[in-house]
Amino acid sequence: MREWKLGKPTREAYGETLLEIGEEYKEIVVLDADLSKSTYTFLFGKKFPDRFFNFGIAEANMVSAAAGLATSGKIPFCSSFACFMINKAYEQIKIGVAGSKLNVKFVASHAGISVGEDGFTQQSVEDIALMATFPGFVIVAPADEFATRWAVKECVKHKGPVYIRTGRPKSPIIYNENTEFEWKKTKVLEEGDDVTIISYGFTLHIALDARDELLKKGIKARVIDFYTIKPLDEETLLKAAKETKGIVVIEEHLLNGGLGSMIARFLSDKNPCRIKVIGLDDTYGESGTPYELFKKFGLTVENVIKKVEEIISNG
Amino acid sequence: MQRITFSEIETLQKIAKEIRKDIIKMTGNAGSGHPGGSLSCVEILVSLFFKVMRHDPKNPTWSERDRFILSKGHGAPALYATLAQCGYIEREELLTLRKIGSRLQGHPDKRFLPLLEVSTGSLGQGLSVGVGVALAGKIDKKDYRVYVLIGDGESQEGQVWEAAMFSSFHKLDNLCAIMDYNKFQLDGRISEILDIEPVIKKWQSFGWEVFEVKDGHNFEEILWAFEEAKKIKHKPQIIIAHTIKGKGVSFMEGNNHFHGRAPNKEEEIRALKEISEDL
Repeated sequence: MREWKLGKPTREAYGETLLEIGEEYKEIVVLDADLSKSTYTFLFGKKFPDRFFNFGIAEANMVSAAAGLATSGKIPFCSSFACFMINKAYEQIKIGVAGSKLNVKFVASHAGISVGEDGFTQQSVEDIALMATFPGFVIVAPADEFATRWAVKECVKHKGPVYIRTGRPKSPIIYNENTEFEWKKTKVLEEGDDVTIISYGFTLHIALDARDELLKKGIKARVIDFYTIKPLDEETLLKAAKETKGIVVIEEHLLNGGLGSMIARFLSDKNPCRIKVIGLDDTYGESGTPYELFKKFGLTVENVIKKVEEIISNG
Repeated sequence: MQRITFSEIETLQKIAKEIRKDIIKMTGNAGSGHPGGSLSCVEILVSLFFKVMRHDPKNPTWSERDRFILSKGHGAPALYATLAQCGYIEREELLTLRKIGSRLQGHPDKRFLPLLEVSTGSLGQGLSVGVGVALAGKIDKKDYRVYVLIGDGESQEGQVWEAAMFSSFHKLDNLCAIMDYNKFQLDGRISEILDIEPVIKKWQSFGWEVFEVKDGHNFEEILWAFEEAKKIKHKPQIIIAHTIKGKGVSFMEGNNHFHGRAPNKEEEIRALKEISEDL
């Protein structure tokens, strides 16, 4: 296992980046629904009070108003916990943003079960599935603070709706300030031709740990940071499907509608291969520390190794 | 505003009549749609597009334009017919309503008709969109006004009140809502399904300046309310306009049968005859 140095939570990196680019991009307006201290948008609000609006606990109003701001040339960033912003304002996103083709950015925190002790009402394990239903949306799930900074800056340059998934806990540092990312692409972190392990966001380090353990057994796993969920990086997937014996996906999301299901749909047509997905199987999270919950729901290095070995032994 | 002249009112009435005929033809031709709630808001739309709002049909995206949002999106036929009268779209195009490939979708769809501010049709959202447009106006220090037409039944949506609370707190005096109070919703009388009364007190208590228009088909009354609303500072305004669902066609007036049902051929002919003859 690697010694992971914990960096900032991705939500904090988001707030800091907004603050950093607020001066350059005068069109940016930031909207929050009484969670600005958790999403760190309060940093922007302090420096740019005229471009920051706290909507109170009224997510639907916030999202529709973001659409209105976008019609007037603003670049609104909407933030809250993923479960509240997306689930409560799902239809407002559909009609006002997706169905009006407006340039609104959604950055939610508290995605996945790594939220921990707050329990299932504050944990979104369906955000990817829901956001993927909106035509034209780009979905990005950065793994650490450096990837988050890149994603926030890059999404401003992209004209169109974007969802960026961030998390609550401090994230293991995977990258550095010089790491280069490509918009709408993914990143192969480790090469290997035996199997492929795919993850995104907070759980990416579990994939890397599993890779190291597998190496001790002589198994070379390719590890891909699938930070762009949508559009699906088909080229990288096809390559992995052709060059390795199968794919293991680990994500803190429901199996139904998660990245694993999207990958399976694509590859079952273009290049069928063994795909095993680790995630929440028709259930919600609960209270506990992030790693207790990961253990309970099978998001562990051991489980990744088990799935890899199943793929290899089945040929 | 100078007192409106009789001949000006006559002109507006003529336009309203053309729009009514178009609504009947469009929904009749489409075989579906919402004539009742379209006919009830004709005078409101004509007042806005021909008297109250600053806009330029030759330049639909003019940054200084007053904005209009049809939050009660099912009134789309009335909006399209009004836009045609203004010259934003060709009148011939109106008969493509609800047909495959048409820019005139069943409910306003910005993907097909980009001159719209936003797509509408799911009730309760338009006022919030108006909030965003009004905020942008304040940030940019522009003097455009934002008009949002909401339905009476629509006011049962909680989001309307989220927007109401926010607008007065932020003193959005560039935001003006109009409620087309035709007293019916799809399933029947509002007073029997979920009454919204006392609606004036509700808006007042949410910090809005309220204007009541007893006859929402009387141009003088409507225009008076719009002019008074423009004078209000530091508060959003709402005009509660009492209207008649299906207004202008005797067998449609107050007949909720025509909420979401188009006239058949025989009804269409009768309706057009009535509208033409009524002076």
